[in-house]
Amino acid sequence: MNWELIVIGAGPAGLAAALAAYDKGLRKIAVIERDRYAGGILNQCIHNGFGLHRFKEELTGPEYALRFIDRLKDTTIELICDTMVLHITADRQVHTVSAENGYQVYSADSIFLAMGCRERPRGAISIPGDRPAGVFTAGTAQRYINLEGYMCARRVVILGSGDIGLIMARRLTLEGAKVLCCVEIMPHSSGLARNISQCLKDFDIPLYLNHTVTEVTSANGRVSSVTVSEVDENRAPIPGTQKVFDCDTLLLSVGLIPENELSREAGIEIDPRTNGPVVYENMETSMPGVFAGGNVVHVHDLVDYVSEESARAGEGAAKYVLSGKTASNEVFIPITNGENVSYTVPQRVRPANVEGSIKLFFRVRNKLGASVIKVSDTSGRQLAAFRRVSMSPGEMENIFLPKDVFEKALGSLCVSASEA
Amino acid sequence: MAEMVCIVCPRGCRLTVDEASGAVTGNSCPRGEAYGRSEILDPRRVYTGTVRINGAALPRCPVKSSAPIKKPLIMDVSRQMDKVTLSSPVKRGDVAIKNVLGTGVDIIVTRDM
Repeated sequence: MNWELIVIGAGPAGLAAALAAYDKGLRKIAVIERDRYAGGILNQCIHNGFGLHRFKEELTGPEYALRFIDRLKDTTIELICDTMVLHITADRQVHTVSAENGYQVYSADSIFLAMGCRERPRGAISIPGDRPAGVFTAGTAQRYINLEGYMCARRVVILGSGDIGLIMARRLTLEGAKVLCCVEIMPHSSGLARNISQCLKDFDIPLYLNHTVTEVTSANGRVSSVTVSEVDENRAPIPGTQKVFDCDTLLLSVGLIPENELSREAGIEIDPRTNGPVVYENMETSMPGVFAGGNVVHVHDLVDYVSEESARAGEGAAKYVLSGKTASNEVFIPITNGENVSYTVPQRVRPANVEGSIKLFFRVRNKLGASVIKVSDTSGRQLAAFRRVSMSPGEMENIFLPKDVFEKALGSLCVSASEA
Repeated sequence: MAEMVCIVCPRGCRLTVDEASGAVTGNSCPRGEAYGRSEILDPRRVYTGTVRINGAALPRCPVKSSAPIKKPLIMDVSRQMDKVTLSSPVKRGDVAIKNVLGTGVDIIVTRDM
């Protein structure tokens, strides 16, 4: 069977894209999911705070996922679970394997990549010391506790102040564990301010900024203590500042990496700034007919934005399939980083393909106070400017750029931010 | 004056609340104003956790409190979860614990299992 659209991943990105493509007229849509059920990471994010932007109410992760899963049964979208995608090819074949159906190859007019992201593991950051049991990524512990029902920790140190680590500090405390501290190597947290407040302050859990883990010791194969040291401005540990915590668990919340093994193998161009595919204004990748959205493109703070971005991609895929062609890739405006900006998504805009305006996402490199965001072209001409009260690397920013900015631009567009 | 980060939405506004008058500044929306005032007068949190479930694909079922619960009661509410075992099927909104600890708030299921 030939599908009009194959979506890889039934998390929030994949579900939003499939439904948006259906709403735009596609009928032969398959969503392939490696887990046994749809919803992705939302199923283990049992805390609330999802959906305030999109649904104007506060939902838990499973409830947010159900808003999309519920809609599937009124459509012809087919959900294929317990199935792993092994390869995708330039002629849009999708190779899969599952216990039930063995090795299958599906072909599609378009593909949407929604593989999400993975946590950085211990191997990605060099922590000295033993290699015992009891060192988990925060998301692994979240899965054990919230889905599998294993209480995997009693006395805990958390390295990194990403949102999942903060959420797990609260979750572990509510389940009776003692969270001794949260340790962040940078001078600022990478998590949302609300999570510092409701997950750490509510439970009197100390947050040590400018600190890192410098030793892990073990007894009988399990973590027995973690040593934490202050770091200098070069992020190097300062001798003599060690604090030793007796504990059985070290949780890591040290960042997320878009999961692009499939994209890389297929030869899709990857942006080294985001570790995700380079995308055009409609979320199409460098491979015609292959679209991407959500955390596989860039790591988001809010699922609401994942849904919104992926719906745009789903509409792009529907348009591509129904019109039988894509806009030419030859005429595009590249968008580059200026001062204080670490990346932008989309990275390329084809002015002919812009309807109304483009929502451009970006992050800043440093904490900034009252600031101006400027958009200029290669000639140095400023084409748009926006004000912000403050900006932080932990919080994704967005601006709307109208079509005429792209029509007027000479060469590339550069996005920069500086304190006013 | 009390300073706090609003936890209503991910924006995280920095609020200042006058303890005497309950006047809130720094908020960007009415929800923030209500949060700032209640945080001084009667702080509450929505509880989320899991309870045991038999006969489902997974052994734990996610739950939440149907309304915010007084903050000092949150740990005690959490301890109540161990007393419950659900049986599949359950639907979101089903009551897992009625009137938990006499608060008038129910613990309800948040996933169909």
